[in-house]
Amino acid sequence: MRVGAALLALSLALPLAGCGKAPWNDPYPAGEGLTNTLYASFSERPKHLDPVRSYSADEYAFLAQVYEPPLQYQLLLRPYQLAPLSATQVPVAHFIDAQGQALPDTAPAEQIAYSDYLIHVRPGVRFQPHPAFARDGSGAPRYHRLTASDLRGINRLADFPDTGTRELTAADFAHQIKRLAAPWLHSPIAGVMQEHILGFRELGERLAAADTLDPVARVQALREARLDGVEVVDPLTLRIRVIGKYPQFVYWLAMPFFAPMPWEAELFYAQPGMQERNIVLDWYPVGTGPFMLTENNPNLRMVLSRNPNFWGETFPTQGMPGDAAAGLLKDAGRPMPFVDRAIYSLEKEDIPRWNKFVQGYYDSSGISSDAFDQAVRIGGDGGPSLTDEMKSRGIALLTSVETSISYLGFNMLDPVVGGYTEQARLLRRAISIAVDYEEFVSIFANGRGLIAQGPLPPGISGYREGEGGINPYVYQWQDGRPVRRGIEEARALMAQAGYPGGRDAKTGRALSINYEAVATGPDDKSRLAWMRKQFDKLGIELVIRSTDYNRFQEKMQNGTGQVYMWGWNADYPDPENFLFLLYGPNSKAEHQGENASNYDNPEFNALFDRMKYMEDGPARQAVVDQMMAIARRDAPWLWGFYPKGFSLHHQWLFNANPNKMANNTLKYRRVDPVLRDRLRREWNPPILWPLWGLLGLGLVLVLPALWMVRRRERSTAL
Amino acid sequence: MPVMPVILWTDALVFLLLAIGLGFALYASRHEHLRAPWRRVARSRVGMCTLVVLACYCLIGVLDTIHFRLPLADQVSQPAGRQFGPEVLSLLDAWATPLRQRQEKTYSAPFATHLFVKEAITQPDGSVIRDYPPLRYGGQHLKDPSQRGWDIVATALRGLIGGLAVWGSIVAAILWRKARRRGLTLSVMFAQARAARTEVPWRTVLGTLAAMLVLGFVAGTLALKYHILGTDKVGEDVFFQALKSIRTGLVIGTLTTLVMLPAAVLLGIMAGYFRGWVDDIIQYLYTTLNAIPGVLLIAAAILMLQVYMANHAEAFESLVQRADLRLLFLCLILGVTSWTGLCRLLRGEALKLREADYVQASVALGVGHFAILGRHILPNVLHIVMITLVLDFSGLVLAEAVLSYVNIGVDPTMNSWGNMINSARLELARDPVVWWSLAAAFLFMFTLVLAANLFADVVRDAFDPRLRGAR
Amino acid sequence: MTAYILRRLLYAIPILIGVNLLTFVLFFVLNTPDEMARMQLGEKRVTAAAIANWKREHGYDQPLLFNEAAPGLAKVTQTIFFQRSVKLFAFDFGSSDNGRAIGYDISQRMWPSLAIAVPVLLVGLALNVSLALFIVFFRATYLDLGAVVLLVAMMSISGLFYIIGGQFLLSKLFHLVPISGYDTGWNAWKFLILPVIVGFIGGVGSGARWYRTLFLEEVSKDYVRTARAKGLTERRVLFRHILGNALIPILTGVVVVLPLLFMGSLITESFFGIPGLGSYTIDAISNQDFAIVRAMVFLGAVLYILGLILTDISYTLVDPRVRLQ
Repeated sequence: MRVGAALLALSLALPLAGCGKAPWNDPYPAGEGLTNTLYASFSERPKHLDPVRSYSADEYAFLAQVYEPPLQYQLLLRPYQLAPLSATQVPVAHFIDAQGQALPDTAPAEQIAYSDYLIHVRPGVRFQPHPAFARDGSGAPRYHRLTASDLRGINRLADFPDTGTRELTAADFAHQIKRLAAPWLHSPIAGVMQEHILGFRELGERLAAADTLDPVARVQALREARLDGVEVVDPLTLRIRVIGKYPQFVYWLAMPFFAPMPWEAELFYAQPGMQERNIVLDWYPVGTGPFMLTENNPNLRMVLSRNPNFWGETFPTQGMPGDAAAGLLKDAGRPMPFVDRAIYSLEKEDIPRWNKFVQGYYDSSGISSDAFDQAVRIGGDGGPSLTDEMKSRGIALLTSVETSISYLGFNMLDPVVGGYTEQARLLRRAISIAVDYEEFVSIFANGRGLIAQGPLPPGISGYREGEGGINPYVYQWQDGRPVRRGIEEARALMAQAGYPGGRDAKTGRALSINYEAVATGPDDKSRLAWMRKQFDKLGIELVIRSTDYNRFQEKMQNGTGQVYMWGWNADYPDPENFLFLLYGPNSKAEHQGENASNYDNPEFNALFDRMKYMEDGPARQAVVDQMMAIARRDAPWLWGFYPKGFSLHHQWLFNANPNKMANNTLKYRRVDPVLRDRLRREWNPPILWPLWGLLGLGLVLVLPALWMVRRRERSTAL
Repeated sequence: MPVMPVILWTDALVFLLLAIGLGFALYASRHEHLRAPWRRVARSRVGMCTLVVLACYCLIGVLDTIHFRLPLADQVSQPAGRQFGPEVLSLLDAWATPLRQRQEKTYSAPFATHLFVKEAITQPDGSVIRDYPPLRYGGQHLKDPSQRGWDIVATALRGLIGGLAVWGSIVAAILWRKARRRGLTLSVMFAQARAARTEVPWRTVLGTLAAMLVLGFVAGTLALKYHILGTDKVGEDVFFQALKSIRTGLVIGTLTTLVMLPAAVLLGIMAGYFRGWVDDIIQYLYTTLNAIPGVLLIAAAILMLQVYMANHAEAFESLVQRADLRLLFLCLILGVTSWTGLCRLLRGEALKLREADYVQASVALGVGHFAILGRHILPNVLHIVMITLVLDFSGLVLAEAVLSYVNIGVDPTMNSWGNMINSARLELARDPVVWWSLAAAFLFMFTLVLAANLFADVVRDAFDPRLRGAR
Repeated sequence: MTAYILRRLLYAIPILIGVNLLTFVLFFVLNTPDEMARMQLGEKRVTAAAIANWKREHGYDQPLLFNEAAPGLAKVTQTIFFQRSVKLFAFDFGSSDNGRAIGYDISQRMWPSLAIAVPVLLVGLALNVSLALFIVFFRATYLDLGAVVLLVAMMSISGLFYIIGGQFLLSKLFHLVPISGYDTGWNAWKFLILPVIVGFIGGVGSGARWYRTLFLEEVSKDYVRTARAKGLTERRVLFRHILGNALIPILTGVVVVLPLLFMGSLITESFFGIPGLGSYTIDAISNQDFAIVRAMVFLGAVLYILGLILTDISYTLVDPRVRLQ
């Protein structure tokens, strides 16, 4: 061992000594830090990069930089507002009755048979350079009839020498919408769109026949197929016909599902031999956005590079009051994107990721629960500020409440905790009081959460602040803030519900409730222990049935659980997207919807049906308030909390302010590589004394040993 | 107080193991070829020293294995039809009730009087400041926190005295018995033991015992006043967790071997003895099992168990039962992945033994195959079984930690060193570092595994004549 | 010799079939095709139709092991097991459940695994053997006892501690090497230092101790006494005679593990973020990607059998007395 240590010290010291002044622990090739590159990390390898299938935030981090749907969210305005992206304006619905006659905008929802959305495609937008558009001398597509010999020596997309481009047309949008219907592409929103886009269901049924064809033929079939609700009016105009009134439809147009897809690309990837090389549309996106995916190695890193054909969007000039003073509009009007490349490295473990951020090798970072105290200090007023160590490094903190909710739900189908009897309601209410979510947020989320008073997070219209917005069954308004009701009150409710002291008054048996938990990580043990402690306050024994996430979903699907914890991340900033989680006809057990509590209150359902067609305004607010009152009374959920996103940025990263709805934010980012390079050197000087110390120790141990060897040698020789 | 005993699956097996151990001890004491090596073990200083350490661990493990349920608080005096609380406790839990119940809110350092993280505290005048709140239990007997140092020393001294007193009486009892048996006076016996002139190195044994007792008593008295190893994320005492983890480690280390033993021994000696197609089948079996990466097999089995428990939820009401079953299953599946090694060894040995004269003679005399297996082959491979059992132990304890990292170890709600290390991983990234969970797991695990490894060495040297002269 | 190898290879076939069947049963006891579909299709808004569709497309709509509906021999062939296993024997791994070609991925991820495993093996072998020789040289002294206790102590520390400690000291405190990550080609060297050091230190306890036992066994043999009697120095005896004779068990020990080096190390790879085959397998298990799991198990089994055969062959090469029948 001792010899080993010395040798190791040597082997370490020798090769490294030649490296000059660059930090030794730099995980990137030497000198790369000086380029106009943004460094970030990702923890889950993206499963799909085809906009038809992708439906998760991890994937959108890449996808949304490449594909441009018609709309996007304005960067700075709150509440969230749509802005045009690959369309020239946000489309407005034109209502039509069953006879095809135009209706006024004020027409009641029952009369409206269809709504038409006219999308004007931005002229002059071109796709990224891509072999699918490459043409040979005669102008015919160069790579559309590849043979096995053509593919020899080709392993990556970059191995195709020629590329080309083409201007964006309305047909590309239409093609993508048809792809959504194609059964072999498994779009997660196909089911939703069947309800809304005219002729979508029929198209899906017709395309089922093409399912067995070979991939190239399927692309042809898709091109020739007709979708009644989508019409290419002229090369730059598209009309989408939606069934009935569906005001939320425009929000879908801001998601990558509706990004344009050139048929050439699909045909290109469908050719035989491409799948075996992993050269597929699901891995190599083709878009019009500010970046293109130039290196796709999800086991190691993903690299986005500037798209030379980008149409030149400029930084938004509008902001909220105060944004200009805060310097958020400094780049207003300048053409984007600002960085040439963005390198995303795979980083599965929290600790290395955090340390690399602190060392300056990632430009920005979230904060894991355990690094929190190192980075953030909550001030006396409860507001977060950075620790001195972070401040001394010039790191900036940005916070925002996410448009999502994490809640504890009761299964309303369960005979004990579910149901609509007063007894069950009281039991749920008692539990709602007993489970101290304030403590949960402070222990497990480091206070990074806003306690929820109902299903709607702030930033969504319908959310109410202040006394009017509290859940009166669980909270009291005291000294200008909501205060959780006391545990005594909860115990009294238990007695009223027929469980004095947690024991069933009739049978005398202790009440035990099953908690369906997803336990995977090391943190879960303490979380489960905490949860048991909460129920124990009421004398209820919480039986924890922990499984993996899949099994958990299955249980939810069967509607057999009792209590479970889950969350929802908004698709779009509309109250409908949250309240539908409690809408009866959307229940999970019966209709495979997203209402995992299977809550079904006719009154609530009726109000929901009304609310979803209304425009934002006082009338809608009144309906939402009514729905909230019903839901709070029934207490199908413990409303839990709305997570707060905390993110940290180094001083060389600009325009990093969070927008929880927008995914395509890379183009706004700007870095100062010179400053970054200087600070990295400053922060990461290799500390050599341990090496010399080890070497010295090795010598101290080895020399006497050698001497002893000598002596022994001599003595045995005698 | 009347209690309702609960016997979990692993409890039953641990008791079975203890019974087998006793039985084997009786058997070995009557057979010279087994008794001699054990005598060699007893003469070794390292062997006896580690044996004392292991015995302490085992004692805690056994205490933690006797489970029961307490009656509900208001029904203790009720003679019949008494209802019992849902919580399954062990003797250790009951004994360490103060440790178990004194939960803080979150992290606190060893011997701390205040929490490790700052919190908003509402002052009497209504203002809110951000400071380290005092602990609910740890060090709260102190009127002035600045006297903590002296208090710790005083308490530790009290523990030391208690420990020494107990040790003294044990030493006196042992020596008195020995002395009486040999017809010596107590003082002569004492002098002999002190000068290490006894056959069994009593000086080492009693010295180690003194160290363990003093440590135990000092820790015990201090633990009543402080969290001597701090508290974890939800405020549980880390010292208590580390104590509870002992059982998990021991169960994995021993039961795994126990459950694989019948299959390994039976198949191994059958393959070697019968040869031919029996041998072919058994070899095929273990080669196939060996060819599958162990982690995959374990992951699959653990997931399978979870599915089973999800589908039969009503049969596993309490958390303890589920965790216990998972532990048992883990032992089983670790057994499945590790029996092949022993099986192969035994097969080789049986192949050799088969050719021995007395076996050939028995065959010639028409003794039945299974009688030969039981009477001649089995007793002669017992030492191999013995060595494997001891050698595998430490490896299995270590394996538990790694498996917990991949989330296919013991139940996440169960106390185990693997789970402690696993959560400590995240704590290391905190600043200031929360080091005590990791340190506690390291300390307890290291002591056990080191003792087991050293003991295994001694046992192997004692049983394996080939190596005896080498040192 | 050739006949022997051929026979061993043929013998491998039933083993591989057994492995395949066992993996298959284990996996499908756990995961119904429905669950796999749900896993692959994502979380939000998944309909029953989409699941059925996915199953049909990936060939999971047939019965698992026995097809009642099919006629004659097709009862066995028209099953998920048969359809998906036959190709494995031709090393055609097909594509994973999320559509990537497995063969390609394996060929890519093999190299990082090797880049760690080979240095760990070589460095470990060299250092462990020299350390063991050193200890044996001082046998029956306090140096020997101290070294053995130190080795046992190092063995008694869980590998996780070495990894955590290594990252903490070398990377976080001393800024000597990157904490984790990997790069292609020669740029990878600086990412390998830490895992190799940790791998070596984690293995030195058991390794050096084992070699020490081997050498001690040799030391007590007659030829050593003869050599000493000839008046050879202790050093010559150790290096010439003892090392030479102990090479057989050392070499065979190495040969057994050689093929398995491809499989990578699960823990090290995921801690250091190295995109090797070990983390590939772990990811596949957690993503319930049966196609990858089965491919990796098959590969592991093939390499294991290869290791057994290689061991036998190496015996004959090193020791002419051994003959293969």
